[in-house]
Amino acid sequence: MSVSAPRGLASSGQKPITEILHPLSAAEEPLSPGPDVTVSGGRDKEVGLTNGTPVETPSPASASVLFNRLQLDDDLDSDGRDPYADTETHDLFVTVDDPKKHVSTMETYITYRVSTKTTRIEFDLPEYSVRRRYQDFDWLRTKLEDSQPTHLIPPLPEKFVMKGVVDRFSEEFVETRMKALDKFLKRVADHPVLSFNPHLNAFLSAKDLNKRQGLALLSKVGESVKNVAGGYKLRVRPPEFCAMGEYLDTFNQKLGTIDRIAQRILKEQSEYLTELREYGTVYASWAGSEEELQRPLEGVAGCVTTCCGALEDMSENMGQDFLPVLREYILYIESMKNVLRKRDQSQAEYEGRLEAAVLRKQEDRTPIPAEVEKCQDKMECFNADLKADWERWQSNKRQDFKQLLTGMADKNVTHYEKCQAAWESLITLLQDKQTEDKTSCKSLWEMRQ
Amino acid sequence: MADSMVERGTALLRKLEINVAEAEKRTGKNTVNMQETYTVYLIEIRPAETEGGTPAAPDTLWRRYSEFELLRTYLLVTYPYIIIPPLPEKRAEFVWHKLSADNLDPDFVERRRVGLENFLLRVASHPVLSNDKIFFLFLTEEKGWRDAVLETGFQDKADSRLKSLSAMFRVKNPDKRFTALKQYSDELNSVISQLLRIRARVADRLYGVYKVHGNYGRVFSEWSAIEKEMGDGLQSAGHHMDTYAASIDDILEEEEHFADQLKEYLFYTDAVRSVCRKHELIQYELEMAAQDLAQKKQQKEELATGTMRIFSLKGMTSKLFGQESPEQKESRLAALEQSIQEGEETVKEKNTECQEFVRAAWDDIEHFKEQKDKDLREALISYAIMQISMCKKGIQVWSNAKECFSKM
Repeated sequence: MSVSAPRGLASSGQKPITEILHPLSAAEEPLSPGPDVTVSGGRDKEVGLTNGTPVETPSPASASVLFNRLQLDDDLDSDGRDPYADTETHDLFVTVDDPKKHVSTMETYITYRVSTKTTRIEFDLPEYSVRRRYQDFDWLRTKLEDSQPTHLIPPLPEKFVMKGVVDRFSEEFVETRMKALDKFLKRVADHPVLSFNPHLNAFLSAKDLNKRQGLALLSKVGESVKNVAGGYKLRVRPPEFCAMGEYLDTFNQKLGTIDRIAQRILKEQSEYLTELREYGTVYASWAGSEEELQRPLEGVAGCVTTCCGALEDMSENMGQDFLPVLREYILYIESMKNVLRKRDQSQAEYEGRLEAAVLRKQEDRTPIPAEVEKCQDKMECFNADLKADWERWQSNKRQDFKQLLTGMADKNVTHYEKCQAAWESLITLLQDKQTEDKTSCKSLWEMRQ
Repeated sequence: MADSMVERGTALLRKLEINVAEAEKRTGKNTVNMQETYTVYLIEIRPAETEGGTPAAPDTLWRRYSEFELLRTYLLVTYPYIIIPPLPEKRAEFVWHKLSADNLDPDFVERRRVGLENFLLRVASHPVLSNDKIFFLFLTEEKGWRDAVLETGFQDKADSRLKSLSAMFRVKNPDKRFTALKQYSDELNSVISQLLRIRARVADRLYGVYKVHGNYGRVFSEWSAIEKEMGDGLQSAGHHMDTYAASIDDILEEEEHFADQLKEYLFYTDAVRSVCRKHELIQYELEMAAQDLAQKKQQKEELATGTMRIFSLKGMTSKLFGQESPEQKESRLAALEQSIQEGEETVKEKNTECQEFVRAAWDDIEHFKEQKDKDLREALISYAIMQISMCKKGIQVWSNAKECFSKM
């Protein structure tokens, strides 16, 4: 199957899910764009999927169709480009910034400004600016998980913080949390399916987020996946999903190790810093009892102090930028494992029902009920969504870690550069004095001879 | 260091090149007839370069640390007004955890070898000490040296000197310069001790920081096994982390050299202190002699005029048992006169001794101060150079790692 020509795809808009052509069965037939699909220009030429229908009836299935087609073709990323870079939305931009403290009689909390710029018609205005707190983000995530159970939802930063241990209102904590919330929202907004979720829309645009209202907008898929009977047990997980599971387990382990190493390094550096500071003060106090050596000793004390400052900067950075990202990925892995489990359940249900139906058919020729086919559809959709999101996740992960580790290396280089500069300027100072003294010293000795 | 000494070239150094070339382990019986293992050091003496001549083969002999100690003790006793250069430490102190405190450890032995050579060069370049016969024999007579030293009888002087140095006494009019010097020396001792202690702790911590990074090497390697495109970048970055972790060993070994330079001056402060103490002793003896003389003169005056202002047993007994005869008085006066003359001689001697001591000592002290300022400044420069080298290594490794990461 070739993907040389971008296609517009049928929006499932008004049709119930059962009437949509099954992606695998319709593999060879081109789908012509329906009347209510708009083809919007992406960055290059690929089609960005736009849901031309009103917000109330989203169509996750059509998204799966798109990705499934792309998924089946292995040539796609042969040129090394990220296959999903161009299927990402470029008409919805979100930012989280401007933290502010709110004090009320009941509680104190932080809100963040969430700014949106968009050309999408699902939004009434092209720009929005609302204030949201962590609870609201949590609400959004829960809603996304519930309504799009076949997709990987990006993680939020940790919810609970030990009251005595971490200062919830300290600048560093708020800054770190805000960056994570910003990342979360950007990931959702970039997702070709999640970004169309009505809850996201409400989150970004509503003046007051009325969480209790609970928009009854669960998709059909969402409903049915949610209501999977728990009685079915999976026999065999297909190899590709096994591989995913194994990868996640190992990756999780490695991230945990890296987290521990990074923390250990921070601890060692902190202890080193304590000793180094004292070291510097001894040079300074020595300078007090010297004459000729006063300036050189003060110089050394100064250098040591500079190195302390450089180290402090780097450690702070690691704590604020490096560790949170690691932790975020660990959370991501957790949620991905959950999705895998749900996928297993969906497969288990299908196989269970199929088996039962086949047996009955053998007994009394009852035809296989349509329900079984529905289950099959669900499972196939789930598999497709998951695979698509997996690839996208892998690609993002690569970028994120490349950036993270390059940043770490960079900080270390900067730290050493600062220290080197300090010591080099000291040498200049010391050596100038030395040549000056060498001449005068010699003559003194000569006099005595 | 050799440069600055040659500048101050003494007659000895102009003729000889001195090296402590090697160290070797020996076993033998000690004074209580027990087997022991010890290290000996090879001293090489070469005549200094003459024009057009090929360098001659060196004369060599072996010495162990205890012989160096004996030489130094001899010098301490024989030249109490000179700040005698110190020996490298007997046992490794101010260690951080990795350094062995074992005297037979090769790194320790090597650093000691350097310290011993340093000691010999300092003595050989000293305007006074370099002319000492025993020192010369130390460099040239392997077998007969010990007897020669003992024959000088310095041990007797050593005992009495030790006694006096530990005695408590107070000088009435302390020489301000010496007081200031002693104070400075004590301060320097205290601050260098502190510095060495903290430096050892700093080294220990830095070791920890570097070594933990080695764990990244392992985990990146394991992680790369489950990755496709990211694998190579991670793997090579991991190697760089291993390199980084390993680099700390050499860095800290080099820094020990700086610590040794500080230690030399730490031990120098003991030598300075002992010169100050010796001066105090001489001063005290002078004061005592002067006081004694004054007392005798007073006694004579009283005896002559018949008044007794100062209590004397003779005076008391004569009061109780009657006046003495004029003959007795005459003889007593004569004895006192004699005593006074002797006393005046003593005071004169002591005075001269004191003045000589002060002159000679202060000459040496001025030299010492210049040498100290110069040496320590050079030490600080070389320390800074070491730090720069460490930074450059760090930049190199992390830049390499960064490149690997960017290729992930």
